[in-house]
Amino acid sequence: MESILSEIVAKYNYWIYVILMMIGFYAMIGKRNLVKKLLGMNIFQTAIILFYVSMGVKRGGGIPIVDKHEALLHGVNPAHIDNPVPHVLMLTAIVVSVSVTGVALAIMQRIYREYGTLEEDEILEKIER
Amino acid sequence: MISQNLHMFVLAAPLLSGILVNLLGRLSRRWISVLTLGSLGFSTVGAFFVLLRVLAKGSFHYTVGNWTPPYGIELLVDPLSALMLLLVSGVAFLASLSALKSVDQELPGKQHVFFTMYLILVAGLLGLVLTADAFNLYVLLEITSINTYGLIAMGKGRAPLASFNYIIMGSIGACFYLLGVGYLYILTGTLNMADIASRLPAQGGTAAVATAFAFILVGLCVKMAFFPLHGWLPNAYSLAPSGAGVMIAPLMTKVTVYLMARVFFVMYAPWQSTGHQGVHPLVVWAASAAIIAASALALSQKNLRRMLTYIIVAEVGYMVGGIWLANAQAITGALLHIVNDSLMTLCLFLAASAIVYRRGSLDFNHLGGLYRSMPLTMAAFTVGAFSMIGVPPTAGFFSKWYLILGGIEGGHWEFVVALLVSSLVNAVLFFRIIEFGYFPTGEQAHGHGHGELAVQEAPLQMVQPLILVAVALIAVGLGSGWIVNDIIRLVVPGNF
Repeated sequence: MESILSEIVAKYNYWIYVILMMIGFYAMIGKRNLVKKLLGMNIFQTAIILFYVSMGVKRGGGIPIVDKHEALLHGVNPAHIDNPVPHVLMLTAIVVSVSVTGVALAIMQRIYREYGTLEEDEILEKIER
Repeated sequence: MISQNLHMFVLAAPLLSGILVNLLGRLSRRWISVLTLGSLGFSTVGAFFVLLRVLAKGSFHYTVGNWTPPYGIELLVDPLSALMLLLVSGVAFLASLSALKSVDQELPGKQHVFFTMYLILVAGLLGLVLTADAFNLYVLLEITSINTYGLIAMGKGRAPLASFNYIIMGSIGACFYLLGVGYLYILTGTLNMADIASRLPAQGGTAAVATAFAFILVGLCVKMAFFPLHGWLPNAYSLAPSGAGVMIAPLMTKVTVYLMARVFFVMYAPWQSTGHQGVHPLVVWAASAAIIAASALALSQKNLRRMLTYIIVAEVGYMVGGIWLANAQAITGALLHIVNDSLMTLCLFLAASAIVYRRGSLDFNHLGGLYRSMPLTMAAFTVGAFSMIGVPPTAGFFSKWYLILGGIEGGHWEFVVALLVSSLVNAVLFFRIIEFGYFPTGEQAHGHGHGELAVQEAPLQMVQPLILVAVALIAVGLGSGWIVNDIIRLVVPGNF
């Protein structure tokens, strides 16, 4: 029990990522309202961003901007700077997630104009009629 | 200089002209067809020369902007990716001929928007085929998906709803893939596929690597609509505008299967020899179940295009099963089937698009008397249908033959049975359509007195690509020995 607790505390950011991801996943699959589905998708993507960002961070690490002359003379100690690559990757992932959200919102507008509602059950009812 | 960078021009042409179409297409509609056909034609010819160069001088790695791998993004041009390059640009070129006509009819005034997305989608697919970087693959996968969402949502009626469901499922797939790549990055510290592969065996058969691959493969399975995860595909593909269907249906799932093959060969197979032997038979069983279930669902459809979408789901089962059988015959069959299936699906969807242009509907009760009113279209449709069934001189027979040989060699009789059952079901499905097409429906017979229907062929611009694909299906069938020996055998790794 003790060891599980310390494991959770030591890697709390990864546990938060898992919980956030499950919340988002549930909203995408379980909710019947299209806006809630889209919000679930955003939570899901944010969880992945948290996951990537926390994998690059080190305890005692600084921002990865180094003085060129200093670095050339004495070299760089990798323990003192965070890994910038996952953070940069997430810039791209944020762009992707924003564009998907934008497209989804535009499509949702068309759905609303067509059926007058964003509840999946009501839409399906109208289609069957 | 140009011959070295030719594949970059192939990739850039549709991307840049996609943006130009949006700008100039607003001014004059004439620009749209000139730019679309010009850029895709250029890409097709360019891809052909890339393939010739690769066959003559061997495969090569290309680093974009001289950032050396594993830090920079690496492109891999080998015989298979050159073949896929030619396939994607050729299919897109032929599909665009027909799409130009049907979009004029279905989406008047929105042609420039449609072809902007269309061309960027082609550019994304060409990039997917070339990339050798795991994260770059994710970005390109999302570029193609976003354009597909937009194209599908341009359809009528329920299409936006189908597109929204596709967005939700597609994002889950892409996010799973991204998570898997994240796990691999933690384990190896690199994103280059070949580099990941060289560092993975040192990790051993740990649960972490297995989790990473599980995420990546499940993510790709969602994107390619592998059977239990196929829910989004039939609605999305059958409700899309027919100009979008002729391009998305043949290419999207097939390129994703190609990506799975790449991940499988480059990263998974070298690592997998350290353990987890039980996964292969499991996936082959799942593929067999997928083929039979999707074929059964296809039987219950009452609309030609909907029926074709379920056949696509079954065909995905063929290719996934072939790859995971993991012996030389089956992998050859699966890779050959990627090429053949794109052409067959293109042929059938082009025919469907031509029928919609004249008849306005693809419900089975609207198909009466088609052989009399649209003889050329239906002749090509019959060739495509025979290829789907697997009748010998057509392309579909040869890849199915390799897949069956692979199934027998691997001792997976359930896969062989599934393939045969699915061929029989396809025969039933298509002969039913052919029967509908031969006899005019009751009212048509009465309306025209003697049951004679006037010949009302689709416009030439839609029939020409259709005839060309039908000829290509037979040509690829007869030339499949050459494709297998000179291209596919070169890329199947030696240890299979």
